[in-house]
Amino acid sequence: MGKMTLQQKLGILSDAAKYDASCSSSGGAKRDSRDGAGLGSTTGSGICHAYAPDGRCISLLKILMTNQCIFDCAYCINRRSSNVRRARFTVDEVVHLTTEFYRRNYIEGLFLSSGIIRSSDYTMEQMVLIVEKLRADGFRGYVHLKTIPDASPELIERAGRCADRLSINIELPQDRSIAELAPEKDGADIRKAMAGVRLLKDSADEPTFRGRRDRFAPAGQSTQMIVGADDSTDADVLGQSTRLYGAYGLKRVYYSAFSPIPDASAVLPLKDPPLMREHRLYQADWLLRYYEFGLDEITSAAPDGNLDLDVDPKLAWALSNRDRFPVDVNRADREALLRVPGFGSKIVDRIVKARRQVTLGLEDIRRMGGRVKAALPFVTARDHHPSGSLDAVDLRARYVKPKQMELFA
Amino acid sequence: MIAPRLPRVGTLDAWRAAAKRLAAARVDPAEVEWGLEGEAAPLFAAPLDDLPEPTRALRVPRAFPDLARTLIPERTHLGLSTAYELVLRLQSEPRFLENRADPAVARAERIAKAIRRDIHKMHAFVRFKEQHGRADRRMFTAWFEPDHRIEEAAAPFFADRFGDMDWTIRTPEVAIRFREGALELVAQDGSRPDEGDEMEGLWTTYYGSIFNPARLKPDAMRAEMPKKYWRNLPEAAAIPDLIANARSRVAEMHEAGLTPAAPAIARGPAPEDTTMKMPAQHDLFGSQTLDEVAESASACTRCPLYSDATQVVFGEGPRSASVMFVGEQPGDKEDLAGRPFVGPAGQMFTDCAERVGIDRDDYYVTNAVKHFKFVLRGRRRIHQRPAASEVNACNWWLQQELQMVDPKLVVAMGATALHALTGNGAGILKRRGGVEQTRDGRPCLVTVHPSYLLRLPDEDLRMAEIEKFEADLRRVHDLVREAAA
Repeated sequence: MGKMTLQQKLGILSDAAKYDASCSSSGGAKRDSRDGAGLGSTTGSGICHAYAPDGRCISLLKILMTNQCIFDCAYCINRRSSNVRRARFTVDEVVHLTTEFYRRNYIEGLFLSSGIIRSSDYTMEQMVLIVEKLRADGFRGYVHLKTIPDASPELIERAGRCADRLSINIELPQDRSIAELAPEKDGADIRKAMAGVRLLKDSADEPTFRGRRDRFAPAGQSTQMIVGADDSTDADVLGQSTRLYGAYGLKRVYYSAFSPIPDASAVLPLKDPPLMREHRLYQADWLLRYYEFGLDEITSAAPDGNLDLDVDPKLAWALSNRDRFPVDVNRADREALLRVPGFGSKIVDRIVKARRQVTLGLEDIRRMGGRVKAALPFVTARDHHPSGSLDAVDLRARYVKPKQMELFA
Repeated sequence: MIAPRLPRVGTLDAWRAAAKRLAAARVDPAEVEWGLEGEAAPLFAAPLDDLPEPTRALRVPRAFPDLARTLIPERTHLGLSTAYELVLRLQSEPRFLENRADPAVARAERIAKAIRRDIHKMHAFVRFKEQHGRADRRMFTAWFEPDHRIEEAAAPFFADRFGDMDWTIRTPEVAIRFREGALELVAQDGSRPDEGDEMEGLWTTYYGSIFNPARLKPDAMRAEMPKKYWRNLPEAAAIPDLIANARSRVAEMHEAGLTPAAPAIARGPAPEDTTMKMPAQHDLFGSQTLDEVAESASACTRCPLYSDATQVVFGEGPRSASVMFVGEQPGDKEDLAGRPFVGPAGQMFTDCAERVGIDRDDYYVTNAVKHFKFVLRGRRRIHQRPAASEVNACNWWLQQELQMVDPKLVVAMGATALHALTGNGAGILKRRGGVEQTRDGRPCLVTVHPSYLLRLPDEDLRMAEIEKFEADLRRVHDLVREAAA
C-alpha cells in the first residue's frame, strides 16, 4: 500500500465517522479570541455551517483518528473483521485540518473519535494528545471528544480539561444486545465510565472557596444508541435513556437509525434505516425532558412497546387520554397546556402571558405560532367549543397523512 | 409628513435618535416615511430638525431594545416603521409587547424571526478564502449576499471568532474590515469575486464523505440551506452528484451482500485489555482475598437491583480491622463512585468517627445491600429502602465479608443493617445503644444510620442526635477491648 494523501485519509476517516449522529456544538462556556492571541469562539448555541443531502447538519469536523480497531462490533463499519481500507491521521494532520477549516468558517470545531488500537489507554492518550496540541496552538473553538470506556481516570481528566464535550456511546438499548453484537464491550463498564465522567464534572463544577471552578467538559456528556440493529422496543430504548439521563446527567442521548454499511456483517439486517422511528424517539425524548411526561405515560400509548409511526407521541398520548381534554386556553394551567398537540413550550409561554391582557381566540393562537389545526379538537377558546369531535371514532385517522408513493419503492 | 433618511452604516443609532424626536412629539406613524440616505423623500416632507429636541427619555420595557435592533435591518423599511409604531405605543401601553397575539407585535416578531435567521445564515455560510497576507498575520476575504441589511448586526461574531487574522467580508453594499483587531464597516458597492481557496478540495471531500447515502433527504437539506446560498458555498458543487449517485451506492451495499462474521480463529488473539477475567470461586473456605470476593460480587445478579444500578459497591477497609460498620445501601454518589460512604451520609459518618477518635485504618465499612435502589423522579434518582428479599439475597456477600475480616465488633447502623445482621430490624430506636449478637455470634452494637441525622429538620434535635450517635461510637474502643479479652 503506497503512502496515502491527506485527501484520501480524510475521505476514509470521515466516511468512517458518519454513523455517529451527534454533530452538536452547543452548550458550555463562552469564549472568544478578540484578544488576537488565539483562534476561535464558542457562542453557547452552535451553528450548522452546512447541510449534507441527508438533511443533517454539518457543524464539526467529525473524523476518526484511525479506523483500525481491535474490536469486532457487528454494527460497525470499522470492526476488525471488516474489509474497509484503513488509515490513521497524525497529530499534525488533525490539527491542520481543524484549524484551516475553521479559519475558512467551514466548521465550529472538531469531533474526534477513534477505533481502538493496542489498548484503551493508548488510544485515549493519542486522542488527548491531538486535542492538547490543538489547544496549545491557541485553538478556542468547540471540541467534542469521544472517550474510551476503559481508559484510565487520569486520561479522562485530561480529556475533560481540553474538550468541551465528552461522550461515551452506550451503543445499544440493552446489555444483552451489547454482549451479543459488541462482544468486547460491556454495558456495565460503559455506564461506569459515564459515572466517572459525571463525578469529575460535578467536582470541577463545585466552586472553590475563591469561587473559581475548574474547567471540565463545560458542555457536559452525551451518548448514542443505535436503533434497529437489535430487537429492542421503543420502550426499551426510552427506558435506557431515562435511566442514563437520571444517573449520569447526560445532556443528550442521540438515536441513530441503524443504516446499511458497506461490507456489512451477516448477523445484522441489511435494510433501509428506520428514519421515522428515529424521529419519533427524538420526539418522545423531548417530551420526557421538557414536557414533564413520564416514561409510563408515553409507553402506555404504545401498547406493543413501540411508538406509533403515523402520529407523534404527544398526539398519540392525547388520543388515548381524551378524558383530559378539551383544555381551555384561557384558564388551563401550564402543565395542561403543554399536553395539547400542536402547542410547543414557547407557544404555551406566550399564551400564559397574553391571556393576562386579552381573552384568546383561535386566530390569536395562530398569530402566536400555535399549530391550531392540530390543537382544534383538544382545546376550547373564546370563539371555539368543539362539540363531540373528541369522541369521533375517526379522530386519529384525520391526523394520518395518506400514504404517498414511496419515492424509491 | 416627515421622512427621516438614515445612513447605510450606523442605521440603528440614527433610527434611535430620530425615533426619540418623533415619539416625543407624538408623531403618528402614518405620518412618517422611513428610508435610507440617498433615497428620494416625498416632496412635502418636513425636516426632522423642525421637531423640538426631546426633553425626556423614552420609556421602553427591557425586551424592546433587542427587538428594535433586530427589526432595523429589514430590507423594505417595514422593520423601521414597525419599530417606531411599537415605541410610540409603548408610551401609553407599556406592557403590550407581552401580548404576542396583538397584530403589531405578531408582525414585529415575524420580521424579527426572518432577520435573526438571515444573521444566523450569514454566520453559518460565509466562506473565507486566503489572500497573501503578512508573514505574522494571515489575511482572508469572503463574499456574502444577505437578504437584509444585517452587516452591522452580524459583524461582531466574526470579530470574536477570527481574532488572530485580518479579514474582509464584502456584501453588495458594505465592506466589513477587520485589521489588527479593529472592526470597521464602510458602505461600498461590491461585486462577487471569482476566486477559490486551496482548502476547498479537502472541504468538499469531507462534505461528500460525511453524507450518508442511505439517509437521502434533499428536501430537509434545502429547507436549511436554500439554493440561493449555494453559489457561494464551495461544497455545494458536489450536491447534484451526491444526490444522483445515492441510490446506486445503497444498492451496491445491498448487492455486495454480507460479509460473514469472521470465524473466531481468524479474528486473531484477543486483545490484551479485553481478556476475560476468571471469576473467583464462590468458596467460603477457600483462600480468597477480599479483592477476589469483591470481584465476584461485581457480577452479582442475585436480586433485580443490579439492572438499574451502575455497579456493586463492596465494603472497604483492612482485612485486619477490629470493627466492621454496616450501613444500609449505597446512595447516588456511592453508586457513581463505586465506593461506600462517600456521599453526604458517609461524610457525616466519617466526621463523627474522626471526632470520637476512631482511626480510619482500624475499621471496615460496608452495606447490607450492595446495589443502589432508587426511583427516578424527573432527572433525579431518589433513594428507596431495600426490600427484605433484597437484603436476604445480599447477605451472601455480607457473610463473606464477616468471615474474612473477622471483626471483634460489628456496628449495625440503621434498621436494614440490623435486619441483615440479626435477622430482625424492628424497633431500631428502642434498641439503639444496646449490644446484641449477630447471627454468627459476634457482638453487635446497635445505632442509627447517619442519614437519619441528615434528615432531621430541627437544628437542636439534630445536634442532640449527632451527640447521641457519637456517644454510641465512643463505646466502640471499650467494646472491642472487652470482646478481645
